[in-house]
Amino acid sequence: MTAHLPILPVILPLIAAALCLLLPWARAAWLLAGATTWAVFALAAALIHRVLDQGSLVYALGGWPAPWGIEYRVDALNALVLLVVTGIGAVVMLYARRSVEREVPRSRIPLFYVAYLLALAGLLGITLTGDAFNLFVFLEISSLASYILIAQGPDRRSLTAAFRYLVMGTIGATFILMGVGFLYMVTGTLNLYDLAARLDGVEANRTVRAGFAFLTVGLSLKLALFPLHLWLPNAYAFAPNVVSAFLAATATKVALYALVRFLFTVFGAQDVFQNVPLGTVFLALALAAVFSGSFVAIFQDELKRMLAYSSVAQIGYMVLGLSFASVTGLTATVVHLFNHALMKGALFLAVGCLAYRIGATRMEAIAGLGHRMPWTFGAFAVAGVSLIGLPPTAGFISKWYLVSGALELGWWPVAVLILLASLLALVYIGRVLEAAYFRKPSVAEELQAEAPVALLAPTWLLAGANLYFGLDTRLSAGVAGEAARALLGGPG
Amino acid sequence: MAWLGLYNYWLVIFLMMAGFYVVIAHGNMVKKLIGLNVFQTSVFIFYITIAKADGGAPPILTEGLTRYANPLPHVLILTAIVVGIATTAVGLALVVRIWERFGTVEDEQIPDSDDPE
Repeated sequence: MTAHLPILPVILPLIAAALCLLLPWARAAWLLAGATTWAVFALAAALIHRVLDQGSLVYALGGWPAPWGIEYRVDALNALVLLVVTGIGAVVMLYARRSVEREVPRSRIPLFYVAYLLALAGLLGITLTGDAFNLFVFLEISSLASYILIAQGPDRRSLTAAFRYLVMGTIGATFILMGVGFLYMVTGTLNLYDLAARLDGVEANRTVRAGFAFLTVGLSLKLALFPLHLWLPNAYAFAPNVVSAFLAATATKVALYALVRFLFTVFGAQDVFQNVPLGTVFLALALAAVFSGSFVAIFQDELKRMLAYSSVAQIGYMVLGLSFASVTGLTATVVHLFNHALMKGALFLAVGCLAYRIGATRMEAIAGLGHRMPWTFGAFAVAGVSLIGLPPTAGFISKWYLVSGALELGWWPVAVLILLASLLALVYIGRVLEAAYFRKPSVAEELQAEAPVALLAPTWLLAGANLYFGLDTRLSAGVAGEAARALLGGPG
Repeated sequence: MAWLGLYNYWLVIFLMMAGFYVVIAHGNMVKKLIGLNVFQTSVFIFYITIAKADGGAPPILTEGLTRYANPLPHVLILTAIVVGIATTAVGLALVVRIWERFGTVEDEQIPDSDDPE
């Protein structure tokens, strides 16, 4: 059993998805999906424990050794990503029962959970696999499932949002496939670690560069790096609340993980930051993402859309850390990947509580609700403070590593810009809190009460995690630092 | 005339750009999906092309033959074709739903913001 630990997080949701398809009852499907996500979370916890204890785990699929077979390799980096993705997946499932019943027609609920489990399986597959083509397949599994999930939104515009995401996502995935093809052409292998070793001996010729360019652009599309982020705001704004929280906290993070894996593990020996001005390009795009995303977020009147634009900005921070190509910068990227999942998860769940109670998520609708829904807005405030990056929340830790990474390189203008951008986050989070706490409630608000505990408990679980990981950084920053050192220490 | 010998790659580039152009230039969602299909097909041909070995036989074990085409990209591309079909299916299903709810499949005719129904 324990020998198969690295493969189980992918297999379990896949099997459960097939079983869920056979269940006609909404409640039973929820129970099965919930139990599966929590089991997978427990497996991820066991995995990270073993990896930190004994070092990387290698698993050969079907007993075929790499590089012929598909290899799963778990190290500190993907164990951490696995933990956060499964954690969010499990917490969101607690929340899902009430929220999904409200937004999705009853007959379609089991199918909704099928898509949810498939999306989760796909994301975990990307995280665990050590094979470039396998990565593409899992990417498509998770993407197809998330198009379906987004299209379940109550507003009809969720359909067009899903369609646009499908077009952009497929272009991204096809670019990745093309990039993998170019690398296969040069090396004759698909195993990521074998690729790294073989590319080590290859002069950086045009084929390698073309493969590198296709992969980088394709993955940037998937992780919604500015200016390839156009699919994201509508997709998150119109998806069901559960889906917004789940995807915002996991999908772009996993794509970012894949980018880190390709840049540092596969192309690590090629020294892409030296031979190609990748650092400069990423630095410029990341700063553009941070500022454009935050600015647009300030002018949004719909909370989910505001959070979606804020996600674009936060992805900018992660890519910014990447562009430093230093241990501190990469640590900042991985820490922020971890922390941002917690903040955005909590924020989207809090907005979901709001939508559940008052049926709207517009700025006008929340006037004066802060006192009527203290727990909902309390969670929003905690996660919001974390998003801004103030102590004692998790967001502060991310900003700390990011700023020290910039200062380490002597890039103090970048450090100043990071702090300035945090002020923009203060503005858009502040707008919401101002409306909720200091404005007069509109008429007919007498009936509004707090959201049900079934929704509040998961929201606070994530909000509390923001506080916990602001104080105890052994898991987040500790493991991230270890992962960053391993990535920059050389190939493999 | 060496570059003519690589005509497969020229075909790939042409198909890729043609598909990409259709996706970008056409507002009709069904046409967008067709463009996307052409775009994906170019990658299929690319993979099959890189599997060819000069003078290589089909990859079936035969006495006296040592030079074979590489079968692995063919297998990979079978998977990618399945993925492509799944994408098209989901895309077309979405187009049907969009037609039902909006009464059009033209991108420009779909309002960017409307009141919740």
